[in-house]
Amino acid sequence: MKNLMEHMGVEPGRLQFSWISSAESTKFVDVVKQVTASVKELGPNEKFIKKTVKVA
Amino acid sequence: MDAYITKIKAISERLLKDGTVEAVIGFREGTMPMMSEPCFIKSSDDVKDLVWNANCRINLANYLTNRKEKIAIVAKGCDSRNIVNHIIENKIKRDQLFIIGVPCKGMNDKNTGALQDNCGTCTHRNPVIYDELVGDLVVEQTGVDKYADVKKVEAMSTDEKWAFFEDMYSTCTRCYACRNACPLCYCPTCFVDESKPQWVGKATDPIDVRTYHFLRAYHCAGRCTDCGSCEAACPQNIKVRQLTKKLEKDCAELFGWEAGLTLDKRPPLDTFNVDDPNDFIK
Repeated sequence: MKNLMEHMGVEPGRLQFSWISSAESTKFVDVVKQVTASVKELGPNEKFIKKTVKVA
Repeated sequence: MDAYITKIKAISERLLKDGTVEAVIGFREGTMPMMSEPCFIKSSDDVKDLVWNANCRINLANYLTNRKEKIAIVAKGCDSRNIVNHIIENKIKRDQLFIIGVPCKGMNDKNTGALQDNCGTCTHRNPVIYDELVGDLVVEQTGVDKYADVKKVEAMSTDEKWAFFEDMYSTCTRCYACRNACPLCYCPTCFVDESKPQWVGKATDPIDVRTYHFLRAYHCAGRCTDCGSCEAACPQNIKVRQLTKKLEKDCAELFGWEAGLTLDKRPPLDTFNVDDPNDFIK
């Protein structure tokens, strides 16, 4: 899925996967930090905004 | 081709007459030039309508879904691989089927009349399962680069990729011909037709169009045989196979998998293996 999203032109880093056990609190914090940092770097995702005016 | 059709007719007539099957799925002359249409032949008197030519590009496995009767089907290499898919996915039983195998040298493009794009890189021209062949097996192509166009897109930058697909899908009218022609797309209600919840917008907003194509392709991961029905059905000539081919390439690289070749193995997305690649998980 990640491969295909990126193949289609979604930035690498926009879609992320992780597997964290409920006992791995430190890993959770690390992953959240990493994800937020990489997403902040990419900036707002404007590709998925609908530009056409909604009718009715 | 002439020898093929004589044989197809003879086998069909025999099967219908002796009651082995209740129907034969094959092709008859279409109402438009360069377009043979799929048909169900239910009586031996109608066997004469069957044709076989380079315009039989639609995948007939599409018409097998959930059928209960004994049925005979004319199958090229790709059709036969989709029949295997159907059997694996419990959409039809092998013992219901009489497969009339047709060794195939490729179908013609509906617009140009030249060899269809996917047929040019096909490496499974001979049916993988059949009960009776209508001709000698043909030589399989070797050394073809199936994924040249996928590699071209892979080499692009993120923005170029986005623009490439934006342009490609710009003419899509969401007629769903690609979905309807696809033997894999047999869900009773497609996600695009759901309204509770509505997964995706139903109009031709570029994002909705892209979401539709992306998800449809993704549902075909590890199942697509690159039969080209979707592109053959598209009235706008959109290269629908671009995404499914990327998935086909990934499946080959990650799992060493080609869809529809054997009844004995489960597809990769259906099984778990400790060696499955998982680099994408942090």
